[in-house]
Amino acid sequence: MKIVKVLGSGCSKCEKVAQSISAIAAEKKIEIELIKETSPEAMMSYGVMRTPAVVVDEQLVHSGSIPHREDIEGWLQ
Amino acid sequence: MLEIFTRLADWLVFDLAGLSAQSKWGDALHFFVEDVSKIFALLLLMIYIIALLRASLNVERVRDYLARKHTGLGLLLGSAFGAITPFCSCSSIPVFLGFTSAGIPVGITMAFLLTSPLINEVAVLLLMSLLGWKFTLLYIVTGMAVGIAGGLVLHLLKAERWLQPFAARAYSQAQQAGHTGTASTGSMTLKERHEFAKEEMTDIFSRVWKWVILGVGLGAGLHGFVPDQWVSDTLGQGEWWSVPAAVLAGIPLYSNATGVIPVMESLITKGLPVGTTLAFCMSTVAASFPEFILLKQVMKIRLLALIFFMLLVAFTLVGWVLNALTPYL
Repeated sequence: MKIVKVLGSGCSKCEKVAQSISAIAAEKKIEIELIKETSPEAMMSYGVMRTPAVVVDEQLVHSGSIPHREDIEGWLQ
Repeated sequence: MLEIFTRLADWLVFDLAGLSAQSKWGDALHFFVEDVSKIFALLLLMIYIIALLRASLNVERVRDYLARKHTGLGLLLGSAFGAITPFCSCSSIPVFLGFTSAGIPVGITMAFLLTSPLINEVAVLLLMSLLGWKFTLLYIVTGMAVGIAGGLVLHLLKAERWLQPFAARAYSQAQQAGHTGTASTGSMTLKERHEFAKEEMTDIFSRVWKWVILGVGLGAGLHGFVPDQWVSDTLGQGEWWSVPAAVLAGIPLYSNATGVIPVMESLITKGLPVGTTLAFCMSTVAASFPEFILLKQVMKIRLLALIFFMLLVAFTLVGWVLNALTPYL
């Protein structure tokens, strides 16, 4: 099972990213564990400077905007 | 070229709605229609063009670049990059930590973060179209001066000692290890630039359009309903206390540059001294409690209070100096 973290300070964009990831996962019947990470320390440890950012299995895959649907599907495969 | 917006407003307000140019409502509505249509058109066009040009500039590259600079140059460049690099205020904490953990001194980081909300392409664009290039230049110089001076003071005070422990640790580790650039430096194709610019345009526009309406609405109200003499008679006499009073009044008012500039236009045309107006507006944009409270996660309260106080002093000085210089401008 993939562990997906959404990094962000809880702004509306980060919320949107988390929602669309869980929606796409549910649609594709892929089981994931979704974690919303808001602590500044965590963002620093992944080297993230622009939020929202997405980490899949400890790999930073995206940062700075709402990702496209195709990207999300790619990460979940 | 910009007269088409005046004519559009003439047609809509005077011809179509049948309001008189002499009535208060006609005057205020004309101001509103003209400014909103002008600002929206310019915003959409210019954000796209600017985004196309700076598509490959991002905070990661700025960080890698600043990490290799000496303090004096670093402060100047930090402030300059703060003015031109796009980033949303909700990212100020990760940006602060990213810079700090790359070993960039707090002074330079703050020069970047203080200048950033004051100067951006939207603000410059609005100033140019509403108040002319002279005032725009004055605004840019003042905004950068505040950022650089603030950064310098923090640097001299060695503000690193007032960081939260985890941030201070990251900073001293980076100081020892040295920062190696991690940002990708790949060049972008024209198609990628176009995609970026298109997204940037919709993103920024969807964020600022309500501020434009609100700001222009307030400005139009001032324009149409506050008598011309009132502002210059009560606030335009240049008493020394009017500037600090304007700065204090700006603290509880929280707006971004987009919302406050149309109000600024109205205040200036009503005869409020330029220095007082700028001091008020900069205080509204940069000295906001909500954002300062957020920074508490990375700084000790002492440093926060210091920066806040420093900003108020800086804006007051800006106001006094500009008011004194106005006769010579």
